[in-house]
Amino acid sequence: MTGTLGKDLLGLESLTGDQIRLILDTAEPFKEISERAIKKVPALRGSTIVNLFFENSTRTRISFEFAEKRLSADTVNVSVAGSSVSKGETLVDTARNLEAMRIDMVVIRHSASGAAQFLAERIQSNVINAGDGTHEHPTQGLLDILTLRDRFGDLKGRRVCICGDILHSRVARSNIWGLTKLGAEVAVCGPRSLLPNAIDEFGVRIFDRVEEAIEWAEALNVLRLQFERMTAGYIPSAREYNRVFGITRERLDRAPRDILILHPGPMNRGVEIDSDVADGPHSVILEQVTNGVAVRMAVLYLLAGGKPELAEAAKGGSGRGREDRE
Amino acid sequence: MKPILLSGGTLIDPSQELNEVGDVFITDGKIVGVGRSIEGPEEADVIDCAGLMISPGFIDVHCHLREPGREDVETIATGARAAAAGGFTAVCAMPNTDPVTDNQAAVGFIVRQAQRAQSARVYPIGAISVGQEGKALAEFGEMVGAGAVAVSDDGKPVASAQLMRTALEYARTFKIPVIDHCEEPTLSAGGSMNEGIVSAQLGLKGIPAEAEEIMVIRDILLARLTGGHVHLAHMSTKGSVELIRWGKDRGIRVTAEVCPHHLSLTEESVRGYNTNAKMNPPLRTARDVEALRDGVKDGTIDLIATDHAPHHYDEKEREFADAPNGIVGLETALAVIVTNLVETGHLTFSDLVDRMACTPARIFNLPGGSLKRGAVADVTVFDPKSRWKVDASQFVSKGRNSPYDGMPLVGRATCTIVAGSVVFRSGIPARGREKMNRTRG
Repeated sequence: MTGTLGKDLLGLESLTGDQIRLILDTAEPFKEISERAIKKVPALRGSTIVNLFFENSTRTRISFEFAEKRLSADTVNVSVAGSSVSKGETLVDTARNLEAMRIDMVVIRHSASGAAQFLAERIQSNVINAGDGTHEHPTQGLLDILTLRDRFGDLKGRRVCICGDILHSRVARSNIWGLTKLGAEVAVCGPRSLLPNAIDEFGVRIFDRVEEAIEWAEALNVLRLQFERMTAGYIPSAREYNRVFGITRERLDRAPRDILILHPGPMNRGVEIDSDVADGPHSVILEQVTNGVAVRMAVLYLLAGGKPELAEAAKGGSGRGREDRE
Repeated sequence: MKPILLSGGTLIDPSQELNEVGDVFITDGKIVGVGRSIEGPEEADVIDCAGLMISPGFIDVHCHLREPGREDVETIATGARAAAAGGFTAVCAMPNTDPVTDNQAAVGFIVRQAQRAQSARVYPIGAISVGQEGKALAEFGEMVGAGAVAVSDDGKPVASAQLMRTALEYARTFKIPVIDHCEEPTLSAGGSMNEGIVSAQLGLKGIPAEAEEIMVIRDILLARLTGGHVHLAHMSTKGSVELIRWGKDRGIRVTAEVCPHHLSLTEESVRGYNTNAKMNPPLRTARDVEALRDGVKDGTIDLIATDHAPHHYDEKEREFADAPNGIVGLETALAVIVTNLVETGHLTFSDLVDRMACTPARIFNLPGGSLKRGAVADVTVFDPKSRWKVDASQFVSKGRNSPYDGMPLVGRATCTIVAGSVVFRSGIPARGREKMNRTRG
């Protein structure tokens, strides 16, 4: 019925370090498929997957869709603008309707924290959280970690600082859980008005000034600054944010070492990150995007019950998950 | 009306420092005898109370009965019967109904519906402001004349300090408490649980303890300014207990209540996005629970009230941030307190009866709260040792939204008597109960 990850992927908080490593290891052989002329293997042939997006998303939805199609699953995209509440049908009714159509998996993006878990508790299909409110975005966390691992090898003792709006960031939460479980040292840096008040209890280092973070870190994961944070009064202006917290060439030039630059996208160039940093030699931002497809293929494959050791063989079509599920 | 003899129970009545085995004899709606080996007349209904406790009837000064407006969720009749099943002989109904209970006609409607229900007494609480909009003062005098026992904009805080000041001053004429739901609205806006590590991990917007405490100290200072009586609803933080203690030490007329859930559960219950652990004020931390227990023990917190707030099940079956606040509490309050405060040594049974019966009657100036000869015969009989498992589907209330569902608890009401009539006896199904109800004037 369920693979080594359990039924769903709701967040990295509930995973062990070994489970995270398993996903990353499984992603490795899948990377190569996207490099082929014919980018398709039959691992999920016959499976039906619904990409249920209650929030706008381009990158994540396309990345999931490619991952699903490259594994030969049949996919349907459902985009519901605005929250389910404003649209009349409740999430529980949506869940029941999907269940009634006998689908195999749901990828859900929703503006409410806990929406993915809510769905997972009510349907038998596998549920993958593609971002729930300000809670978690586990596949983003995994692709960030995979990108770091590609460069660093073992993450144990490596120093990663997450910069920006930690308070409202599901990417930050998934990164903090995932990185600490793999033994990395994690820090956060941002205006205190955009850090959770209880950040001390997360077991991370806190930098009030971005210069201190740059002094310390080996990698910076620079979060997108949502413009509604200004209108809500968390910070005064984008201009001042760039002045005080922006990742700029000048600041990085003063660093004692080269620093890897990650960004989950989409970027506000000239706000949280300057263009010459985003496009610079130490930016791995596009590697993150490439790794996103491989990580999502690995998650889909493992949740469908695929054997990790068969991932390599699955590329040729002999390893299969679906039959194992019954 | 047949006389009733409650025979051989442990009499717990802090109003006369009673804690001993004895009988209570009731005739014509009054307590006429308290003591050992009372011989009732032949026709008396004798209720064997061996192993049970007999106390003044519990009074809940804070509940939401949803009528008028949301009769699908609760009515005054179902709420009153749920109260009786929980050992309450009287409850006070908050005015955040639809329409708001903000005038004498609306108050009179609740009084009439309560009479028709013929179960636990229901006392209306009137709104502080017209429509609970926080602007114009409602007509306290006329509402009191129609039966209101206090005023409150509960569900909403009184955001304007000036309005709160005026309410405290104006209420003095009618000798009623002004009840405030303490919440600084700009600080709590958008929040759905306690602000802390759990909210940070779950990605839910938090409500800091300070949102409550800022209003607690504001209200205490306004009570000092006006000489009015402020009653602070559902206190939930350690800081609030300290501020109330500060106010009482200075002789300021402040009283306060705490709910069973804030004395027994913490923010940890929210994990998993459990909407039945969502209420306002939210469940706080273990530190707060400990301080509230100490506060209710030493009298800083005067009384225990349920904040019974039924919701339709599908309103709670949704995304956490969108689910409504509140839980039902009338039928679990006694057991939650026995299990979490008496069995753990924080309170004695005398303390429990004082905080749930005597003090509510005294502070809100209501009948009851005593087993003295001549007192109104509002009496609760409960089994202090009964072990039971909460099954929300069996609640008399229409509400099922309880965080205690499935939990084993200790202590349960077995018989509830209002004005000398039995309105609840365990084992008797709800239908049968109505027949044995008395008529009240």
